[in-house]
Amino acid sequence: MAPVDDLRSKLGADAAEIIGRYPKPRSAMLPLLHLVQSEEGYVTEDGIAFVAAELGLTVAEVAAVASFYTMLKRAPVGEYHVGVCTNSLCAVMGGDAIFADLQEHLGVGNDETTPNGRVSLEHLECNAACDYAPVVMVNWEFFDNMTPQAARDLVDGLLADADVTPTRGAPRLCTWKQASRVLAGFPDGQAAGGHTAGDATLAGLRIAKEQGWTPEGAK
Amino acid sequence: MTTILTPALTAHWDEPDSFTLAAYRRDGGYQALPKALAMEPDQVIQTLKDSVLRGRGGAGFPTGVKWGFIPQGDGKPHYLVVNADESEPGACKDVPTMLANPQALVEGIIITCYAIRADRAFIYVRGEVLHVVRRLQHAVAEAREAGFIGENILGSGFDLDIVVHAGAGAYICGEETALLDSLEGYRGQPRLKPPFPATAGLYASPTVVNNVESISTVPWILHNGADEFADLGTERSKGFGIFSLSGHVTRSGQYEAPLGTTLRELLDLAGGIRAGHRLKFWTPGGSSTPLFTDQHLDVPLDYESVAKAGSMLGTRSIQLFDETVCVVRVVLRWIEFYQHESCGKCTPCREGSYWVVQLLDDLEHGKGSEADLDKLLDICTNITGRAFCALGDSIEAPVKSSITYFRDEYVQHLRTGGCPFDPAASTLFAMEPA
Repeated sequence: MAPVDDLRSKLGADAAEIIGRYPKPRSAMLPLLHLVQSEEGYVTEDGIAFVAAELGLTVAEVAAVASFYTMLKRAPVGEYHVGVCTNSLCAVMGGDAIFADLQEHLGVGNDETTPNGRVSLEHLECNAACDYAPVVMVNWEFFDNMTPQAARDLVDGLLADADVTPTRGAPRLCTWKQASRVLAGFPDGQAAGGHTAGDATLAGLRIAKEQGWTPEGAK
Repeated sequence: MTTILTPALTAHWDEPDSFTLAAYRRDGGYQALPKALAMEPDQVIQTLKDSVLRGRGGAGFPTGVKWGFIPQGDGKPHYLVVNADESEPGACKDVPTMLANPQALVEGIIITCYAIRADRAFIYVRGEVLHVVRRLQHAVAEAREAGFIGENILGSGFDLDIVVHAGAGAYICGEETALLDSLEGYRGQPRLKPPFPATAGLYASPTVVNNVESISTVPWILHNGADEFADLGTERSKGFGIFSLSGHVTRSGQYEAPLGTTLRELLDLAGGIRAGHRLKFWTPGGSSTPLFTDQHLDVPLDYESVAKAGSMLGTRSIQLFDETVCVVRVVLRWIEFYQHESCGKCTPCREGSYWVVQLLDDLEHGKGSEADLDKLLDICTNITGRAFCALGDSIEAPVKSSITYFRDEYVQHLRTGGCPFDPAASTLFAMEPA
């Protein structure tokens, strides 16, 4: 069986379900590319051909879109993809130090993977958790208020296959491929678990409650 | 003590099950929906106009007016697209909102779609926040199961489907027309306006694009009344909004307060700048808004007052930096971000962002000359207003404001031949000796 046919036999039904969510098939482009990553680990040539066939597009049209988005990888990443925010605020609060430290600790550079394929490393742009800076993400789950030591312990845990729990996220960290499947629109049953709101999320609410402040009282 | 904070959207975030439909209903959720469905759609739009809710995604355009732009009886399908692509450096309010109370967003979507006569809504959520995606999927599924989404909602004859759509990593998709291109399956590049999305949006059909916080506020307004909302805030910036404090502040986090609250008031509640340090500069509304300094502590944080003081309220994303931070380093990193996120469609932004990064990088490392500061300003002036979308304009804000307030610090880099700041001093942890 040609590799594309193999993908079609594995993912064809899922692809049909995704396409069925949208008024026009082409809107299924990003979820289909996430779906390809859930099977292949990254956007392979076969994955592009598969999406093109599903949407009735050329491979060039699909490749042009895939190359635009940073979450869509054109080379394999680790089972656990570690991202360190190095945008301004996280950077000055420790993100730069954490990123430098992890590169040395893991022996890999930006966008590189450990030889055993377990952990890859990337510096990220802002991920909307500035109140928990410095922030590290693994497979797009939040690890808040990090330090170089905490980040080292985190990746050691990933390398040792230990149980790793995000600060705000699912109770059980899933793999890169599993995360990609959720992003393609197939829930993994972990939505109800995990921490909802950390201290920073609740900072204002706690003060308002102590003071008995409400919108009605502010008039 | 006078009431400073007004928890409305945030009111129940401390309940461990706050994200569930059961908790949302226990706390008064889904009481606005039957109220809205009993009204004529135009009455719902009028209610939003009366509340004077202004879009919480940064631009501050009145939400009800935007809804009113959707042509009716045109025979075309209408769409609501929720912009949940929160990625502006400093912005961190929509992510906790969707984690802790996604049902407020879902109820807001249903009411909005009823008002604008849309039977399909999309939540375009950035893909890099996996648990938020899960929570949205869960919320939509729960609402569907309860009959709030689907056919003939609550016997009203109104049908609606909501699709959770995860993006794939591109800041530009927070720009509404780039978001629509992305949702149509293309590279996320902005479109020329006009036509605006209200007439030719998703699939060239009338489309409302609204921010998460705007839509999540809709049920509160329907439930409590437009007047209750408009009674809060200032004359032209009504209601409450979430202020996000981050950086060198004692208690960073989310503070929901009426528009017009000052940073001094918020900082008092947040325990001030971290112990032993003082405020140096801050962004009122994210990295695309011109910097403020400690001279601006008493500027009321509403659209008009912030604009009058030379910046923009934006998304109320208040990033605070103390005296240990090099402003050149911070601005350089932001412009590197814009350079990275520039979609490449228009020349001023694509090329200009590179030029600005090159000059800033030299300056941060003590290279170049003082004339480079004028060159920077000149390049920025030539990007602003000539770029295809607001991303290009954003480049000028931090560059120009930092040179205005901290020109001496730039010059000091040239004099000392490098950055005079110790990067370890600004971190939150004690650094081990190198």
